[in-house]
Amino acid sequence: MSAEPKTLYDKIWEAHEVGRRSDGNSLLYIDLQLLHEVTSPQAFEGLQLAGRPLWRVDANLATPDHNVPTSGRELGFDGITDAVALEQVVTLDKNCKAFGVQQFEILDQRQGIVHVVGPEQGATMPGMTVVCGDSHTSTHGAFAALAQGIGTSEVEHVMATQCLVQNKAKNFAVNVTGALAEGVTAKDLVLAIIGRLGTAGATGHTIEYRGEAIRQLSMEGRMTLCNMSIEAGARAGLVAVDDATINYIHGRPFAPKGELWNQAEDYWRTLVSDEGAVFDASMTIDASTIAPQVSWGTSPEMVAGIDEAVPNPKDMSDGVQAESTQLALEYMDLQAGQKITDIAVSRIFIGSCTNARIEDLRAAAAQIRGGKVAANVTEALVVPGSGLVKAQAEEEGLAQQFIDAGFEWRSAGCSMCLGMNPDQLGEGEHCASTSNRNFEGRQGYGGRTHLVSPAMAAAAAINGRFVDIRNTQHQQGGAA
Amino acid sequence: MDAFTTLDGLVAPLDRANVDTDQIIPKQYLKSIKRTGFGDYLFDAWRFLDQGTMGMTPNERQINREFSLNLPEYQGASILVARDNFGCGSSREHAVWALKEFGFRAVLAPSFADIFFGNCFKNGVLPITLPADVIEGLFQRVAAGLTLSIDLRAQTVTDGEQVHGFDIDPALKEKMLHGMDDIDLTLAEASLIRSFESGHRQRQPWLFRD
Repeated sequence: MSAEPKTLYDKIWEAHEVGRRSDGNSLLYIDLQLLHEVTSPQAFEGLQLAGRPLWRVDANLATPDHNVPTSGRELGFDGITDAVALEQVVTLDKNCKAFGVQQFEILDQRQGIVHVVGPEQGATMPGMTVVCGDSHTSTHGAFAALAQGIGTSEVEHVMATQCLVQNKAKNFAVNVTGALAEGVTAKDLVLAIIGRLGTAGATGHTIEYRGEAIRQLSMEGRMTLCNMSIEAGARAGLVAVDDATINYIHGRPFAPKGELWNQAEDYWRTLVSDEGAVFDASMTIDASTIAPQVSWGTSPEMVAGIDEAVPNPKDMSDGVQAESTQLALEYMDLQAGQKITDIAVSRIFIGSCTNARIEDLRAAAAQIRGGKVAANVTEALVVPGSGLVKAQAEEEGLAQQFIDAGFEWRSAGCSMCLGMNPDQLGEGEHCASTSNRNFEGRQGYGGRTHLVSPAMAAAAAINGRFVDIRNTQHQQGGAA
Repeated sequence: MDAFTTLDGLVAPLDRANVDTDQIIPKQYLKSIKRTGFGDYLFDAWRFLDQGTMGMTPNERQINREFSLNLPEYQGASILVARDNFGCGSSREHAVWALKEFGFRAVLAPSFADIFFGNCFKNGVLPITLPADVIEGLFQRVAAGLTLSIDLRAQTVTDGEQVHGFDIDPALKEKMLHGMDDIDLTLAEASLIRSFESGHRQRQPWLFRD
């Protein structure tokens, strides 16, 4: 007797389906809701106005991240000069106290970007359903958790009912064969995938990243990969459980202990797609063909390899695509046919829920090699994803390497990924950024964002323009 | 939530693909703990030539006279016609709150991003998916002062003599027609949730911290 083979997504979905309504929608039980200051106040207010309690207090975890300043952290609330931002951070604090929700508040060393904090604490576990009022919740899929970004009305719905009303998405397999070359990271891989799929390529689907190259990625790399699933239109991305997953979680504060750990691990090991499971759609990409990626436009699908050039709208047969490309080149002030290595940058941002973990900071610091931030770079920010990442980087000596090279070493938060805090791009400035979105104005009014890996961003800081870090490594190797 | 049954309204065009929610409502306007006060900042970087801050009113701003929503012929529009993948990016529900407060009750496009699409239904704004050639036809005629009649119950968009049908999830349709509260509907199934939860706790006890 053999049951029908299931995908990983099917398994997690079925383990959380409370019931299916006659209209085809399901009630999906939610194990963990992460909260931050920007998308939760209206939800807490709705709950209070209706006189409803939180369904399950222990299933919520909060931390302020979007608009906390990254300097002057020791001042706590007093360090927030923007009155409206302060009101949001204070409101989160008050709401957490009123409802009894655990919060890593602004002065807690465990404070940080929600999508860094959850996994770091072991709060994100395999097989869970996770939601947050933030589209990059997909990050947690690295742990084989079904993690989705939701709107504020849905945040309130989960607070009140512990459920989401949802139609099951379709299954999308992204198969990554081969191995990434030296100097090419999970960030380059996901940018290349989005470049192929387009920003709506996986709309209505849950992506599972599969194949040898994925198994080789660290948990940090898998988080980077799953983080940007939403940039291909997918609400959630997943990676199956293996030893790396189990080893990462073991011993973390929220992880189960003793006999409960053994029981959990046995279950978690089943969280892989069955042999022969059917996917509704798929794509295959050979990791060994991917060069370090740089985005040149105003959508994450507008990417090129470091050894390529900015495309020409005149070469495009699709009228809408040509028009979008033309508008993007005008906004970015780039010329069709311009080599990517000829793009100069004046700002650097290393941080965000995509790339602010310890491994990211190590990769960035490794590019410094005794160099200094180039004269044409007016500011190079390094913003760790959490207070704990910051402490570890200081202990490992990475922070000092950044400071010695002329980078600014800041405190944890979303920082310049979305410029809701004092860290913002100026009009017309080009920035090498390890964040996830290059939308117009995202990092600051009129700012021009180029999405890259941490190593590529650090190399751009030292050179004042984009460079092919594969060549630098080759030269360094030759000189040794 | 406001119900949506029918709408007769003027159409305004936004001729761009992949319009993201950072464009619909830029980040500097998210610093509010309310659901209102966003309409003045809809498409802020496109509607205005200067950089605004929260609290500024449109008459303090430098208007971009070339942007479609600022053209005299589209004033008072309640229907927005747009291109593929409208509403991609950030999950911010503020994007829908801003569209609604500005006066839009329906958005017509060949496709929408998932989270934005769901957020519309929480706020009585109807996203309608129509074939690309129908949308193209609307774009071609919009400058002449196009008005459309939308009938949610009949699932039609009527353009003069032409009637375009559209598909919609029956559950979402019901909720919109009656302006039903999602939380009330789900809490009606509270005992089912409780019973699932106790089984879930037995199967995966490590998920419960209390």
